Amino acid sequence: MQDSRPHYTFIIIGNGIAGTTLARQIRKRSTESILIVSEETPYFFSRTALMYIFMGHLRFEDTQPYENTFWAKNDIALLQARVTTLLPAKNSIILASGETISYSTLILATGSKPKILPNVNTQGEAIQGFYHKWDLENLEQWAATTQQAVVVGGGLIGVELAEMLHSRKIEVHFLIRDAYFGAHLLPTEEGQMVTKHLQKHGIHLHLNDRPEQFILDDIQRVQGVKTKRGIKLHCQWVGLSIGVSPNLDGFQDSTVIINKGVVVDEYLKTNIDNIYAIGDCAEMAVPPSGRKKIEPVWYSGRAMGETLAQTLCGNPTVYDPGPWFNSAKFFDIEYQTYGQVSLQPQAEKEHHLFWQHRQKNCSLRLAYDPKTKRFLGVLALGIRLRHTHLDRWLRREKSIAFVIKHLSEVSFDPELTTDYLKTMPFHAQWEALQKK
Amino acid sequence: MLREPFGLIVSFGLMSVGGLFYFKAHYGKTPPGINNNGVWFNALTGRGLWGWVLGLVLTGFYVALYWFPEVLGYDPKGSSGMVAFFDPLSVALNGKPATQWFLYGTLYTFAILLFGVKFLWKYRQNNYQIIRTLSVMFFQLGFAYFIPELLSALHPNTPYFAKDLKNMWPLQYYFFEEWHLNNMLQGGRLGSFFLVFGLLLIFVISPLLTYWFGKRWYCSWVCGCGGLAETAGDPFRQLSSKKISVWKVERWMIHVVLVFVSITTLAALWSFMTLHPDAFFFNRYEFLGSLLALGSTALVGLGLAMRKAFDKTVQYSFWSVGVVLLTALTLPLFTSPQELFYISHHSLQHSYGFAIGGAFSGVLGVGFYPILGSRVWCRFGCPMAAILGVQQRLFSRFRISTNGGQCISCGNCSSYCEMGIDVRAYAQKSEPIVRASCVGCGICATVCPRGVLKLENGPVSTRTLAEEDRFIL
Repeated sequence: MQDSRPHYTFIIIGNGIAGTTLARQIRKRSTESILIVSEETPYFFSRTALMYIFMGHLRFEDTQPYENTFWAKNDIALLQARVTTLLPAKNSIILASGETISYSTLILATGSKPKILPNVNTQGEAIQGFYHKWDLENLEQWAATTQQAVVVGGGLIGVELAEMLHSRKIEVHFLIRDAYFGAHLLPTEEGQMVTKHLQKHGIHLHLNDRPEQFILDDIQRVQGVKTKRGIKLHCQWVGLSIGVSPNLDGFQDSTVIINKGVVVDEYLKTNIDNIYAIGDCAEMAVPPSGRKKIEPVWYSGRAMGETLAQTLCGNPTVYDPGPWFNSAKFFDIEYQTYGQVSLQPQAEKEHHLFWQHRQKNCSLRLAYDPKTKRFLGVLALGIRLRHTHLDRWLRREKSIAFVIKHLSEVSFDPELTTDYLKTMPFHAQWEALQKK
Repeated sequence: MLREPFGLIVSFGLMSVGGLFYFKAHYGKTPPGINNNGVWFNALTGRGLWGWVLGLVLTGFYVALYWFPEVLGYDPKGSSGMVAFFDPLSVALNGKPATQWFLYGTLYTFAILLFGVKFLWKYRQNNYQIIRTLSVMFFQLGFAYFIPELLSALHPNTPYFAKDLKNMWPLQYYFFEEWHLNNMLQGGRLGSFFLVFGLLLIFVISPLLTYWFGKRWYCSWVCGCGGLAETAGDPFRQLSSKKISVWKVERWMIHVVLVFVSITTLAALWSFMTLHPDAFFFNRYEFLGSLLALGSTALVGLGLAMRKAFDKTVQYSFWSVGVVLLTALTLPLFTSPQELFYISHHSLQHSYGFAIGGAFSGVLGVGFYPILGSRVWCRFGCPMAAILGVQQRLFSRFRISTNGGQCISCGNCSSYCEMGIDVRAYAQKSEPIVRASCVGCGICATVCPRGVLKLENGPVSTRTLAEEDRFIL
């Protein structure tokens, strides 16, 4: 009985970017057995691309970066199942089917789940978050009978939902608690530019407002939203996108220490020696400098998977993802950021130089340390920047003067595009500031 | 009897106006951006019922055009029907009544212009796409359509030879056929010019341009097949298969066509030189000898030079194609002037014209747009693309750079690659893309939501990144 029980050297729970990267990178270095367990889908897909399926740009299979034969070819076992219990003492996991599988090393890469709206009753049909593939399937079911929708929460998933619904000609009411879209992500000027852009697309923005009550019809489907400011919005579907939190289903009761996420050290190890956590579900006890404890972004999950593979293959490596970077797209406006750019300049610590095109949706913001003149980061809308150069400049702690001088080298816009980086008046601005 | 031009003007006018209204309804109301909403839900662009219907109609048209032109009304003694409908325009341009080829050329050019306008509207935020599209529209209208017609009108007594300056061998597969060479040689200054320019294009201009800009200078900026694929074919670009297995088929098939056209051409030249020993300043043995010497030197030189820079599969295909080609060069020595391995070169030419020039490039190439995507011919069959592809893969300054770690593996780039390149496979490893088949249309970079891809030219040595220098492992 004991001997016939399946055993894998590495069991990875979660087949998202973190778990998949880890499995691939272990396989490059080792022939040990690997099993990836996922409840959501049989094969890895790009979560960030779910929106394009709803919009008809892609089919689901197009969002799978590897052909289905890839996994067997690389001897990575896949299992679609829900893990209900962790048994760290027995080095085993228990599946919903009751089956037990044992491991030598377990890696938790379970990702996130949508945050629940506090203080409001969200019970009811056609009220949902948007994160998993089944969320897309639910939305798809409701979409045919939806003419108006309300999206709650002015963040990255919220704007995706707005764009998705809009692409199907569904009227979108966007409830945002701040004075403009993306207030936790973008400085005022950029936030306002994006806000105007959303309005130009015909999205109804309700700023400085939040839902107070969801009104249901007799079959318990949402038919309207009453807001704090007293507006009543008629709708047949509500998207809740106020953020995500680590998905801890199945191991909340285990001996693995959990705070908001699974607490890990600098080697991404939990309190138990042969259990690790990576990606959205991991919470760094002491995050690397300039980084957050929980970073639910694609790039951090991938970097953690790459790092942990080194450690698990005999080369203990501290998680050091380097300078922060991120990107997004708000309808037609592309957003890229490298390094640290705060939402507002900080009197003693961080000054900004800012340029914005008069008509087009293009802007660039440079952040620097006023004392040391060190370049801290850049935030661009509508302009593509070259990651490798900026990463090097940030790591080498280049001065803001150097960055201004070499700015045109980081253009990554298509050929034949008007290169605003060449004509931005940062040089003059900087000279004037120096004279003061 | 010639018809009045009224019908022609009205019908083309109505098609243009209808098209423009449709494009405006589609793209005129929203801010500039990516317009792929509902592409896979649409029965025309998502391989649904209307896609199959259009595929059948187009295929039927090509079958009629190539093999049953009488269906279109063509009659050497005096056409009627659709062909005759184009008489007024044909007479105005070259003084002769229309043939089925004039009808085809006119419709083809019209399609590139009309759908070119659609493309310009659709991608109006992107200068690269605008200028590239204006270029294919210009080359089709000027070089492929007007100039040849006008030159024919100006030289009514010279025998026929192809007068599309940009249409070079081996895409223009009959360039070296006996009748064509003869006609060029008898075509006075104009004929000599086209002969010399054609040779310059093949051996000097094209390799240089491909070195500087990649094969895109031809395939997505100049070529007529590419022009139709990029404009009328644009709604179908996502239908090309991205499977690794299909890539393998592609690599074999396109090089087999290249070998086929080379043998056919060689047989034609050999027989031409046998029949006209004084046509050139060299005889057929000198010709064959120098070809062999040049070919072997190039093969060995390149083969040795690429040993380090390319992986085994690339080297394997390079050597096999090269050796087969060189072996084929020696075939004429063992056969009679009119035959190559007991197959007459005429029947060889005939089979190539039928199988490749007609069935592959026309029926399959355009007829199957709504089923297999818009670049079936360019990807699997075009020998020109094969040659330019080898040049691009081995020595070109062109590559698609990927932007550090920014890729989110969403799959838009791969999906909208008309050549079926799995762009994402490179982008998610932050590896520069250097692929023989890439025609440089730039749509992958355009649809990328995170600014990850950029078409660029730069020193050849910077095309490849060592694994340790890549941003993503």
